[in-house]
Amino acid sequence: MITHIPKRLAILLLVLLVVLALFPLWGKLVFAAKFTFLMQKLTGIMILAILAMSLDLLVGVAGLVSLGHAAFFGLGGYMLALMSPQYDAANLWLVLPAGLAGVAAAALVVGFLSIRTSGIYFIMVTLAFGQMGFYFFNDSKLAGGSDGAYIYVKPTVEAFGTTLVNLDDKLSFFYVTLGVLVGVYALLRVLLASPFGRVISAIGVNEYRVQGLGFNPMAYKLVAFTIAGTIAGLAGFLAATQYGFVNPAMLGWHQSGHVLVMVILGGMGTLFGPVLGAFVLELAHFAFESLTEHWLLPMGVMVIAIVLLLPKGLAGLLLKWTDRKEDGP
Amino acid sequence: MSHSEFILETRALTKAFGGLVANSSVSIGFREHQAHAIIGPNGAGKSTFVNLLTGHLPPSAGEVLFKGASIGGLPAHKVTRLGIGRSYQKTNIFPSFTCFENCRLAAQSRLATSMRFLRPASSYKAVSEQAEAALASAGLAGRSGRVAGTMSYGEQRQLEIAMVLATAPEVLVLDEPLAGMGREESEHMVTLLRDLARRYTLILIEHDMDAVFAIADVLSVMVNGTLLESGPVERVRASKAVQDAYLGDGAEAY
Repeated sequence: MITHIPKRLAILLLVLLVVLALFPLWGKLVFAAKFTFLMQKLTGIMILAILAMSLDLLVGVAGLVSLGHAAFFGLGGYMLALMSPQYDAANLWLVLPAGLAGVAAAALVVGFLSIRTSGIYFIMVTLAFGQMGFYFFNDSKLAGGSDGAYIYVKPTVEAFGTTLVNLDDKLSFFYVTLGVLVGVYALLRVLLASPFGRVISAIGVNEYRVQGLGFNPMAYKLVAFTIAGTIAGLAGFLAATQYGFVNPAMLGWHQSGHVLVMVILGGMGTLFGPVLGAFVLELAHFAFESLTEHWLLPMGVMVIAIVLLLPKGLAGLLLKWTDRKEDGP
Repeated sequence: MSHSEFILETRALTKAFGGLVANSSVSIGFREHQAHAIIGPNGAGKSTFVNLLTGHLPPSAGEVLFKGASIGGLPAHKVTRLGIGRSYQKTNIFPSFTCFENCRLAAQSRLATSMRFLRPASSYKAVSEQAEAALASAGLAGRSGRVAGTMSYGEQRQLEIAMVLATAPEVLVLDEPLAGMGREESEHMVTLLRDLARRYTLILIEHDMDAVFAIADVLSVMVNGTLLESGPVERVRASKAVQDAYLGDGAEAY
């Protein structure tokens, strides 16, 4: 877990954020033909970045490697699909809190049953719960089974009878997602600096000692698991809103593994690393795919190269660069 | 048995791992403000005894009483909150944290709860002060900002003690604080422990006889999971049974 971000790195991250935030302006000029597609792509990546940050809280901070994290992502999406009237818009102020409460409850139960295990057993138990979630929606008639379900009308965001944001508008939704991304990052930073966050970080380093000091690690791990699951649910809620569609694959282990790769590539325990990991992985995927139909080969080479050359991920590299410069005379 | 006589006490404490009886009916009383050393050859059951005393292991039979109340079977995180702090034989710190953060976290454990999510941990002033005081007590005042894992072995052992002090304990249970230390580091640590013995109830597990005689008021000897002898240092030292079983002919034995 890193607590201190060097100034130069903070500036670099801020610049990247501004470049991203201004994409609707410059992207139109640079990628005229593909602009609409890229807007959608970037919004999707930001949603995955939120999911990756939430997983980092478990994997990188608390040392809990979950291979079932996507189950909460998918559940967040399904909550919206299930609560949306078929031909009418749902009210965001109702479905969002209700949806997140549902995901939080599920994360609390799954967490309660899985945090007692650790290491490889925790990976297996979370994998099993994730797959249970997948088959629950895949095999039931609840929300279209394996075909998934559509959300025909997006939720409305109103206050006093006026619409605040139209989630159907691609540009508005881009900025809503960006706002959530920044908000979740800030929230997690505050959380990690708090007494709770310090205990969670310490559990990731030496859980046995944490208990010896007088903290009950189980309680803290359970709360962390629930928070991470709820944020994953928020990301899933956004994904379902963006695509207007949910399917069981959102919950599956494939998706969980995909996000885990983002966290590892980006740099565990750094929060911003997994965000970078999401962008690099998804944009590389997109670039290789448009060059060759055998895109999996260069993707694999890239992932292996990053893991071999940068054991602390992209964030580790950036921290090394920016810290060295600061140490200078 | 009166409660006032001992602050911490074990009665017929027994721990069996399958067929192996690591502690067999051990009854020891620890008086307040006394430095009480427990010695014994390897495999005598000292570490098991410490783990039973501090809740790191549940007893198979017998009782642990703290201020007259039974605490046997309580988990470690509850035992330490009662005021029984312990250090570990193998250095057990947070190597990637700074020295200060190690102690700050230890001091933070005395908040009613750490389920506090918004205010920065660094803004809890009393906690930070307690951590600084513990670092100073353990002779690490100048090491606040050092990453714990980059300090010398001796300093890491001192940090181990500082972390226990930061939890503001009444009883200090120190499991071989001198283990693996060089001569100079040992002397430094003995001075520190003598100082602590004046302020705390000290329970010391130790191999180093010179250190034990320099620090302890009371000595208990364990052999093969049982208590062989217990009493004032000079009396136990002179005991024939102890000499035969453990101390040899006045020479150091390990």
